Amino acid sequence: MTNYWTLRANHRRAAGAARVVREPVAASLPRTFEIVLSGTALIADPSGALYWPEHGLLVVADLHLEKGSSYAARGQLLPPYDTAATLARLARLIAHYVPRCVIALGDSFHDGGGPARLQVGDRESLGALQRGRDWIWITGNHDPEPAENIGGAFHETVTVGALTFRHLPTGTANEICGHLHPVARIAHRGRAVSRRCFAADETRMVMPAFGAFTGGLNVRDAAFADLFGTLAFTAHMLGEDRLYAFAAKHCRPD
Amino acid sequence: MEAARTIVAAPLLPGNFARWFAQRGWSPRTHQLDLLAKARDGRSSLLIAPTGGGKTLAGFLPTLVELSERNVRPKKLQSTGRNVARSQGLHTLYISPLKALAVDIARNLETPVREMNLPIRLETRTGDTPASKRMRQRRDPPDILLTTPEQLALLLATDDAPFLFSTLKRVILDELHSLVTSKRGDLLSLGLARLFTLAPQLTTVGLSATVAEPNELCRYLVPQPLEGVAMADLVIAQAGAQPKVTMLDTAEHLPWAGHSARHALGEIYDLIKAHKTTLVFVNTRSQAEFMFQELWRVNDDNLPIALHHGSLDVAQRRRVEDAMTAGKLRAVVCTSSLDLGVDWGDVDLVINIGAPKGSSRLMQRVGRSNHRYDEPSKAVLVPANRFEVLECRAAIDAVADNAQDTPPLRTGALDVLCQHILGRACGEPFLSDGLFAEVRAAAPYATLSRADFDAAVDFVATGGYALKAYERFAKIRQGKDGKWRITHPRVAQRYRMNIGTIVEADMLKVRLVRSRRSTGMIPRGGRLLGQVEEYFIEMLSVGDSFVFAGEVLKYEALVEDEVYVSRSNATDPKVPSYEGGKFPLSTYLAARVRGILANADAWHGLPAQVREWLEIQAWRSMLPPAGDLLVETFPRGGKFYLVCYPFEGRLAHQTLGMLLTRRLERAGLRPLGFVANEYALTVWGLGDLGLRVTRGDLSLAELFNEDMLGDDLEEWLAESALMKRTFRSCAIIAGLIERRFPGEEKSRRQLTISTDLVYDVLRKHQPDHILLRAARADAATGLLDIKRLGEMLSRVKGRIVHKALDHVSPLAVPVMLEIGRETVYGEASDVLLAEAADALIKEAMS
Repeated sequence: MTNYWTLRANHRRAAGAARVVREPVAASLPRTFEIVLSGTALIADPSGALYWPEHGLLVVADLHLEKGSSYAARGQLLPPYDTAATLARLARLIAHYVPRCVIALGDSFHDGGGPARLQVGDRESLGALQRGRDWIWITGNHDPEPAENIGGAFHETVTVGALTFRHLPTGTANEICGHLHPVARIAHRGRAVSRRCFAADETRMVMPAFGAFTGGLNVRDAAFADLFGTLAFTAHMLGEDRLYAFAAKHCRPD
Repeated sequence: MEAARTIVAAPLLPGNFARWFAQRGWSPRTHQLDLLAKARDGRSSLLIAPTGGGKTLAGFLPTLVELSERNVRPKKLQSTGRNVARSQGLHTLYISPLKALAVDIARNLETPVREMNLPIRLETRTGDTPASKRMRQRRDPPDILLTTPEQLALLLATDDAPFLFSTLKRVILDELHSLVTSKRGDLLSLGLARLFTLAPQLTTVGLSATVAEPNELCRYLVPQPLEGVAMADLVIAQAGAQPKVTMLDTAEHLPWAGHSARHALGEIYDLIKAHKTTLVFVNTRSQAEFMFQELWRVNDDNLPIALHHGSLDVAQRRRVEDAMTAGKLRAVVCTSSLDLGVDWGDVDLVINIGAPKGSSRLMQRVGRSNHRYDEPSKAVLVPANRFEVLECRAAIDAVADNAQDTPPLRTGALDVLCQHILGRACGEPFLSDGLFAEVRAAAPYATLSRADFDAAVDFVATGGYALKAYERFAKIRQGKDGKWRITHPRVAQRYRMNIGTIVEADMLKVRLVRSRRSTGMIPRGGRLLGQVEEYFIEMLSVGDSFVFAGEVLKYEALVEDEVYVSRSNATDPKVPSYEGGKFPLSTYLAARVRGILANADAWHGLPAQVREWLEIQAWRSMLPPAGDLLVETFPRGGKFYLVCYPFEGRLAHQTLGMLLTRRLERAGLRPLGFVANEYALTVWGLGDLGLRVTRGDLSLAELFNEDMLGDDLEEWLAESALMKRTFRSCAIIAGLIERRFPGEEKSRRQLTISTDLVYDVLRKHQPDHILLRAARADAATGLLDIKRLGEMLSRVKGRIVHKALDHVSPLAVPVMLEIGRETVYGEASDVLLAEAADALIKEAMS
C-alpha cells in the first residue's frame, strides 16, 4: 500500500537541491470527498477519517495503538513507531478540520495493556490532541474496558443526529462502524491495486482502519456480504488525495 | 603422467582401495590422489573438476581411507551431564545444496563401503529424516553425516553441538559454486566459522564446477585471519575434451519475440530421435511445461519423454530420476532443477532452448552430456527469437574460449547474520568479542564492521530500534558474566521453526475445472495442474487467459489457496507466461553480444534471416555501437516511443523504466507505460520525445544521468512493490516476522501483520535500521538490479547516440512486440485507479 504520508515526509526531508514535486496525478479530476449517508452529507477524507461539519465531529476507526509493542510482548519485535505514526497522521487531520469532538470508533488500542505501554512522548501527543475538545473512546473488541490515563470519555455507542456510531457492525440502518478494516482491490490492464476503503450503502458505513499497522479485509469477503445483504454497496477507495468509488461487484476478491 | 601417477599412488592409496579400483577397471585420477595428499598434509583444498570427473569420490576418498585405517574400537557410552552419549562425535560432514543430492551421494558411497567392507557408518539428515532418528543422531552420531546447510544450522543451535562436532576432521562442501552465490552460502559460511571454533583441527574440501575466480572459493573454505587472506589449496582436475556446441540452424522462420521455440519443434524432435538420451534444458518452469506438451503433440513414435521441474511433486520427480538412471528415457525436459550434480547416466546430447544467459551456466549444462569425461560433450542451442541467436552465438564463442562468468563472492548479508546470532545464543551463551572474531573468520563477513555486528546483536536482542522500548521483551540478554543467552526456551523453539534463508513466494494450487456455467457456480474439485506464485494471480482479473501446464487457461476464481481455471480457446492469451527468463543475461555475455552487433564482420556466422535483419537495421537506423547507448525515437499509432538498447537484463531494464517514466512525467512528456526485455527498453507516451530531443528541450544525457539513482530512486523505493518484497524476505530471514505455515488461517488478513506497513513505518522513523540496510543491499543485485543499472549509466555517460526515426526500426520490433503481452511488473498507483474509474464511467455512458 502506498503510504502518502511517507512520501510527503520524504519530500520535506530532502532539503537543499531544488526538487520538482510530482504533480498530484488526479489534480484535474473532481474531488469526491462527500459521502451521503441516511441523507447526511459527510466528508470522507482520503486519509481514512470522516468529518461531519455540522457538528464539528471527526471520526477515526481502528487506531490499534501499541500494536507494535503488543506483538513485541509476544516475541515479534515490530518497530515501536506505529503509535507515533498514527498519532502524527491524526494530528494533521485535527489541525486541518479543528474538530469540536473526536470519536475513536473502537479498537483504539490493540490490546487492553496498550494504554499502560504508551511511550511518554506519545502519551503527551495524545493529551495535546485532546486539549480543548471532546474526545470519545468507543469501546471495541480489542479494548472492551475503559482505560486510565488516556483522557476522554468511554461509550459503547454514541448517537449524533440520525447516525449511530459503534465499533461492531450490527447491520441496522443509520450506523457507522469499524472493526472489519475494509480493503478493496481493483484490477485493470493486467495490474491490481489494493487500498483501504470506506464500505457504504445508503444508510450504513464501515470505516477503514486508521492505524499504521492495521491490515485489511477484502470487501468481497463474506463478512461484508453478511452485513450489507448483497454486493449492492460501494467501496470508496483511498487515493493519494481523493477517493475512488467502485461498486463492490467491480472489486476483485483476494 | 602415467608413471608419475603410479609412483604417487603407492603410498597414498592403501592396498584394499587400489584393489577395489582395479576390480572396477578404474585407476585413480590424478586429482583424487592430489586430494589424498592434501589431506595427509592437513591442508584444506578446493577441487575444480568438470562433471563426470569422479569429483565426489575424490572428496570422500581421504575420509574413507582415514576411517578404514583407524583402530576399530567400539564407541563407549559416557555421561554428558544431562544425558548419555557415545564417546565420539562426527568424523566427516558432507553439505549439499539439495537434499536429493545428499541422499543420492549417500547411496553412491555405500557401494565402496560395502564392497571393501569398511567399518564406516554413514547417514543422511534432511528435513525428511524422522524426528526419532534425528534425535538419535545427536546422541549417537555416524562417522559421516550427509546433510544440508539448514540442518547444520539447526544442529549448531543445540547444546549437543560441542559433543557432535569437536571430533570433526573434515567438511566436504559439494556444488560450492552454486552455494556461495546465495544467502544460503552466507549462512553456511557462518556455520563453518563456528565449526572451526569447535574443531580447530578441521579441514575442508570444496567441490566445484569451473568458476571465474577460484581464489574466492579458496578463501571461503578456510578461516580468515585478522590481516590479509588465507586460502585453501587449489586442485584443478584435468579438463575433459573440448565440448562440441552448435546452434540449431533452423529452416523455419525465426520468431521476432517470445521464448517458446515452437518454430523449431520438429527439428528438436528429430534430434531426440537421432540420439540415445537427450536432456532438453529450458529456463523456466512454464517453458518446461510448454515444451513437454508440444513434444508429446508431435511424438508419433511414442518415445519415452519425461518432464522434471521444481514445481512438480517430489514423488513424481523421483520417478523421473529413477527412470533416467535406469536408461529408460529418451529425453527429459527440465529446468535448472537439474543443473546440479545428480548422476544422470548416459546422456549423449544436451539441447538448450532459449538464451543460455551466461557462459558458465551453459558449460555446466553442456557438461551433463557424456558423463564420461574423456569424450567431448555435445550440445545444441536452440534460440527462440532473433536476439537469442546473438546471445547463443556469443555463448558458443565464450565456451570455445573457456571464458567463465560466474558472479563474484557475496558480501555476507546482515539479515542472515541476525539469524545466525540468535542460533548461536540458542546453542551456547556467547561473548560479543568472541563471536565477532568468529564471524569475521567467515570469508563473506571478513570485512564486517564492529558497528554492524553490534547492530545485529542489538536487533536480535530488542529489535535494534533507536527508541529503546523493548528491553523487557528482549529475546537475548547479557548476563553478569557478559555472555548473551536466550531469555526463554520459547525463543529457541521459534528460532527452529523459522530457520533458513529461502523465502518462498506464497504458492497457490491450480485446478482445472469446467467453465463457469450460466448458473455462475464454479464446479469444485478438478485436476491439479501445479502451482503458481500468488503475486502472479494477483495481477489477473477473472476471465483473463494465460498459459500454464502447456495449455491456454481461463482464470475462473480463487477459493482459499486454490486457483480455479478452465480450458480456453483464446488465441491471444493475455499473459503468455508467468516468468519470462528467470536468470538475467550475464554482464559478460551482454558485452559479447554488443560486440557482435557492432562488428558487421562477425555476422557471417549468423543465420541468413538474422543477418538480413541486422543489415536492414543498419540501413534504417544504425546498430548500437559497442560502448555506446543507442536511443531511437519514433511515432506510432498516435503515440511516441523511445527505445534504448542497454543489454543489461530485464530486471535492470525494469528499474530503468520506472525511473525514466518518473523523469519524463516531470518533463511534462506524459509517459504512458514501458516494457522491458533482456536487451532493450521501450517507453511510450503522448509527448513527442524525438522532437523535444532534436529541438534541444530534452537532453538525453540528463535523462539518462546517473543522478536518477539518487532522489528518483529514493522516491520510487518508498512505494516499490519489488522493494517491499525484498524487505519482506529480509524481515523473515532476520526473524522479525515469522514464517507462515501451510494450513494456518490466511483469510482473516486484518489480523496478520503486513511487512509492507512495517516497511512504511520503519522507513519513515528509522531509515538506517539494519533491516532496511539489508534490503537495500539486496536490491542492489536482486529484483531491482540497481548495481548493474548504475554501472551501465556510468558506462554510457557522454556516449548516447540518438536516432530520430519516422517509424519503428527492425531492432525495436522484438521489444515492441512485448507490449501488451508481457505484463510490466508495474507499481500499483493512483493512475491505475483513475484509469479504472474512467473506464467504468465510459462503459456506463456508452
